[in-house]
Amino acid sequence: MSDSHAQSVAFVRDTVIPESPPPALETGVVKWMRSNLFSGWFNTLLTLAAIWFVFMVLSVVVPWFANGVWEASDIRQCREIMAGSGGGCFAVIADRWQQLLFGFKYPSEEYWRPTLAFVLLFIAIAPLLFSKMFPRWMLVLTALYPFVAYYLIWGGTILAPLVALLGFVAGYFAYARVVRRSFAGAAAAGVVVAVVVWTLGGYVSAAAPGFMAFEPVASREMGGFMLNLILGVVCVSLSLPLGILLALGRQSNLPVVKGICVVFIEFIRGVPLITLLFVANVVLAYFLPPGTNFDLIVRVIIMITMFASAYIAEVIRGGLAALPKGQYEGAESLGLDYAQSMRLIILPQALKISIPGIVNVAVGLFKDTTLVSIISMFDLVGMIRGPILASTDWNGVYWELLGLAALLFFVVCYGISQYSQWLERQLQTDHR
Amino acid sequence: MKKTVFLGALTATSLIAGAAAAATLDDVKARGKLNCGVTTGLAGFSAPDANGRWEGFDVAVCRAVAAAVLGDPEAVEFVSTTGKTRFTALASGEIDLLARNTTWTFSRDTDLKFDFVGVNYYDGQGFIVPKALGVTSAKDLDGATVCIQTGSTTELNLADFFRKNGMSYEPVPIETNAEAIQQYTAGACDTYTTDASGLASTRATFETPSDHVILPEIISKEPLGPLVRHGDNDWGDIARWTLNALIAAEELGVTSANVAEMSASAGTSPEVNRLLGTEGDLGAMIGLDADWAAKAIAANGNYGEIFEKTIGENTPIGLARGLNAQWTNGGLLYSPPFR
Repeated sequence: MSDSHAQSVAFVRDTVIPESPPPALETGVVKWMRSNLFSGWFNTLLTLAAIWFVFMVLSVVVPWFANGVWEASDIRQCREIMAGSGGGCFAVIADRWQQLLFGFKYPSEEYWRPTLAFVLLFIAIAPLLFSKMFPRWMLVLTALYPFVAYYLIWGGTILAPLVALLGFVAGYFAYARVVRRSFAGAAAAGVVVAVVVWTLGGYVSAAAPGFMAFEPVASREMGGFMLNLILGVVCVSLSLPLGILLALGRQSNLPVVKGICVVFIEFIRGVPLITLLFVANVVLAYFLPPGTNFDLIVRVIIMITMFASAYIAEVIRGGLAALPKGQYEGAESLGLDYAQSMRLIILPQALKISIPGIVNVAVGLFKDTTLVSIISMFDLVGMIRGPILASTDWNGVYWELLGLAALLFFVVCYGISQYSQWLERQLQTDHR
Repeated sequence: MKKTVFLGALTATSLIAGAAAAATLDDVKARGKLNCGVTTGLAGFSAPDANGRWEGFDVAVCRAVAAAVLGDPEAVEFVSTTGKTRFTALASGEIDLLARNTTWTFSRDTDLKFDFVGVNYYDGQGFIVPKALGVTSAKDLDGATVCIQTGSTTELNLADFFRKNGMSYEPVPIETNAEAIQQYTAGACDTYTTDASGLASTRATFETPSDHVILPEIISKEPLGPLVRHGDNDWGDIARWTLNALIAAEELGVTSANVAEMSASAGTSPEVNRLLGTEGDLGAMIGLDADWAAKAIAANGNYGEIFEKTIGENTPIGLARGLNAQWTNGGLLYSPPFR
């Protein structure tokens, strides 16, 4: 009797079965759909409802784009061309895109100036945002950008921004010379020197208003998406350092500093932004002597910056509070003074924690710039709600215009949000 | 003590403001531009066109005053104001004249310290209904559902009107004009009520405006006019009589086409001669050139021409003259004589 069971079983396979494809229901698209879309009667129902919903939306949106009219002189002609096909009247965008981007008073032959300033903005912020990919000297471009942008957008003689720049440079050198002896003295010296340079330079630039001058454009002639971008960029970049100072001030041991910071933050956070804007526009006009023309954009920038910096201060305070006490004590035990410990130990960690909150404030702030339309400044939304919808040509075109506004804001805000997520990944050093 | 100082400073400021305001004409001449407050955009009344040039019925008043004072209808700095900022802009001296479809009321004239210089548009609350409803009079609206902006005087006017006529209605409260249009076109209400000029410009935006009618009844008084600050009567006179000149010009048959010819030399009508400065010295009495009115009329034409160009029946707004006809044609426009 052998060990084999050849005589006891009818068939023994001695080769491997060739691989066969998995059952059709368990592979590829079908499997994916079965497990993700139809994995039960409830999910099937939801899937069908979702498909129906998507279909309903697309059945309106697709013809709206496909049958859209891009060339017409007014809404009546638009409707004639469409003849009830359900298309959008995009001719309003073709007709008024310059007003939507630059406002209706910016001289049209000068549009290249804000456009150039916008392009330069990317060059200026790149070394700041992607500090590892660009050499450090490029930060000089960032520092120069505000003056270049002012010169391009507002025009006038080049001497004015040049004097402002010289003032800062001279102030910095004065500060640097004295700072070894005393910080407070250095700060005072810097301010004094800067003010002297600005005063003297003011006479020079007033004497030669035509020197290398672009056609000057007044603040009230700014408008459109340009105004939103100006307000957004300026206010975010000013409110971040201010917010850091306020957050540190609130944690200070000096009662006066702490008191000022607490009162400022709590007051600003307790007041709606729109109230501050009304104060900027309306109330200040009563208190300032008649005839003084305190630039409206500057007033609005101050108010929005104050508003945003109070919020950013609280976000950063959250970051500071999240750091273990050991970090502060560790910094002290190394013999670092207050400024050094903040700069080298505390803030880098606190700011990293605060990134999502700061970006949240920045995105919200950028969208809040549309509130200026209520104090009759013609930003993107103000242009749409005011002049364009009020013109007899385009009265009644809502979706196309507000859709464009939504698109522009989405692009910017989504960009900011994506950058912040990238930055968080870059700075990730812990072991999550 | 602190408070006294503060109040003192405030008084001083307002005194300075008063002193500065007392010579608006000199300020405007020195500046070379008239600062004129308008809306941020209202179809037909004031809105910038595709080239950024302000056009409209209220805008024409600004241009006429600028032409009368400075000789140039383009010498206007248009300051757009919202319903909330308009009065502070005028009171603070940011603008010299407010031409922003503002209703002349007792409290605005007295308590807010403004002077209305006249009425350039007699408005009133009206009703719009779909033609298919077959209603020809507001008196037929018994039991109707009415779209009405909450918290406005129109709401109170509506209640008064229905109570007075012993009718009932069902209000559909809405917040904004855009929402009202949506509700009305969707058939959520039988009729929508607001200022008649607003109804007309709203109707102009419908796909088929002719399917809707504005009922003839006007149930409230909304006289809209330009206004200036209280206290500078010389400036108020200039604005008032510029408006009157536009109205009188229509009555007297002076148009933008013939004003140059008629003001070149004295004609047969003494009143036209006085108006256009070829006789008498009316201009000197208000501190302007003799041909101030001729320049104001040449800017946009007379009142009737402005009306036809901006909001009249041949425009998309399509307003009939109605109350805004000359008194000789059964309207309310009645300029005091130029004498």
